[in-house]
Amino acid sequence: MIMATTSSSVSVPKKAAGTSRPYRDALAASTAKTLRRRRVVNRVMVSLTYVAAIIATIPLLLILAQLIKRGGASINWAFFTQTPRPPGEPGGGVANAIVGTGVLVLIASLIGLPIGIGAGLYLAEQRGSRLATVVRFLSDVLNGLPSIVLGIFAWHMLVRPFKHFSALAGGIALAAMMVPLVTRATEEMIRLVPVSLREAALALGYTKWRTSLSVVLRTALPGIVTGTLVAVARIAGETAPLLFTAFGNPYWSVSPMQPIAALPMQIYNYANTPYDEWVSQAWAGALVLIGLVLVISLAARWATRSRFGLGGD
Amino acid sequence: MTPPTSAAASGDVPIEGSSAGDRAYRWTTTGFALVIPILLLLIGWEVFAAGWPALKTFGISFFTTSQWDAVNGRFGAAPAVFGTIVSSLVALIIATPLAVGVAIFLSEFAPRWIRQPIAFLVDLLAAIPSVVYGLWGILVLVPFIRAHVMPFVKETLHLGNFALFSGPAYGPSMFAAGCILAIMILPYISAITREVLLAVPRSQREAALALGATRWEMIWDAVLPYARSGIIGGVILGLGRALGETMAVTMVIGNRHELSASLFAPGYSMASLIANEFSEATSDLHVSALMAVGAGLFVVTLIVNAIARWLVWRTGRAQGA
Repeated sequence: MIMATTSSSVSVPKKAAGTSRPYRDALAASTAKTLRRRRVVNRVMVSLTYVAAIIATIPLLLILAQLIKRGGASINWAFFTQTPRPPGEPGGGVANAIVGTGVLVLIASLIGLPIGIGAGLYLAEQRGSRLATVVRFLSDVLNGLPSIVLGIFAWHMLVRPFKHFSALAGGIALAAMMVPLVTRATEEMIRLVPVSLREAALALGYTKWRTSLSVVLRTALPGIVTGTLVAVARIAGETAPLLFTAFGNPYWSVSPMQPIAALPMQIYNYANTPYDEWVSQAWAGALVLIGLVLVISLAARWATRSRFGLGGD
Repeated sequence: MTPPTSAAASGDVPIEGSSAGDRAYRWTTTGFALVIPILLLLIGWEVFAAGWPALKTFGISFFTTSQWDAVNGRFGAAPAVFGTIVSSLVALIIATPLAVGVAIFLSEFAPRWIRQPIAFLVDLLAAIPSVVYGLWGILVLVPFIRAHVMPFVKETLHLGNFALFSGPAYGPSMFAAGCILAIMILPYISAITREVLLAVPRSQREAALALGATRWEMIWDAVLPYARSGIIGGVILGLGRALGETMAVTMVIGNRHELSASLFAPGYSMASLIANEFSEATSDLHVSALMAVGAGLFVVTLIVNAIARWLVWRTGRAQGA
């Protein structure tokens, strides 16, 4: 280990050696003191980073523990198979909300995936062009927009003119969140594909577009799948864009044109009530939602590791 | 991988770059890429157009006055603007040292076996949906703050008379919102900081150590200055997240339309104002006022994100990464 042994200031007494003993001794004493102080500072600060790491993981463990304790207690078969009951009546479930979240994610993916992957292809292949720089920057900006803004945007464009809430409006709001995530993931994965692969395909007589789609895109696919799954995990847990678009629905519905329930919205509505049954259902819903997000995230990691060995974080 | 079929190589496919297929492909991907700027413009345009009536009616006083009276049609969003800024600042003050500490730990000091698990756990914080944070915040964190943190600060530390901690201890407060936000933005700041630290060249570290620096001095004098603008970029990115965070804040901030210097007092944020009142807004002016708040949020996060991205990009470019 290269810990502090000498420092630039130590070279001074060496030059002064022999001129005056007391000076040298004093200087030596002071450097020993400085050295001790520096070592103490080093130890304290290094330990503090350990402490930071421990503190940072505590909230996560606390949240997971609470979810399992309180949510686990109210999860049962009915929770996954029934629709909500009025307050005061025990039982009931959030089956419609789970399905609703699935429908919303599906709509968002159908719209967001082609756009994201297409834009990602463009960014990777026209890397240096001015438009690519602008689009890349704006996609990061879009990614940073508050989701509630996307919600009121979708409301103003898709709900207000038609005078009723719809799953489609919610799905489009979620798609707007998904596009920048998929775009950047696609771009990064395609950049990892070796140029030689593209050149080989072109040399064999493939046209550019076939090279892009059936060689480059295919090679980058596992990484893109990962990026997509990360995006899905993120939008599946979103509430704010849905509040005024998908709106929620206490009954079964899978129609894109009707208001639809979603698990995160259901948790929000239940959490704000004074009814114990609903609050415990909120915990159970949160546990299911976290489970869903975790499974998708783990699947994303697994997709990265499989096959081509391309990708990574 | 996909071996070229003989059909592709047999010569009936034109090889020049300007074949119809290539052109179609180029136009298609360009079209998809153009969706992003168009979408952003559309969002800005729609939200501004919808908020314009309120902005025109109240002018600049919309953001500087604090009367929010839907019945009489008076709207001033100052408390929400103030609450957004204060809760985000509290979050940054708590999260920044922690996040940078974690990043330094992970990139410099952590033993190999613990690096992956800790990084995974911190990343996981970013995967937890906002509403779950809100649920935990309202049912666990807020009662804890009310029962332990607030009495401790007020009575044990005798800080109850300071304006910053005055007033009754309800629980839902700016402080609670700041705490939740701190947990939520920590993974973003730490991920970017780690990325930036990894981009600092090895030679920078080795040179410092060779000069006799302790490991901390190496970090402090040689690594952090090199990574500074990238880390600041990460912090500002976290700020952007905090400013726009909706659900968790709505659930713990107390939703009261008042200006108060006390962190322990309930407040409002711009995002939670929209989330809370939008579906109940009856008059057109009320809807427009909420849209105007959204427009303000749009502009602020746009600027904050642009600055952050620019800073991170600049550090990345310095390393040629």
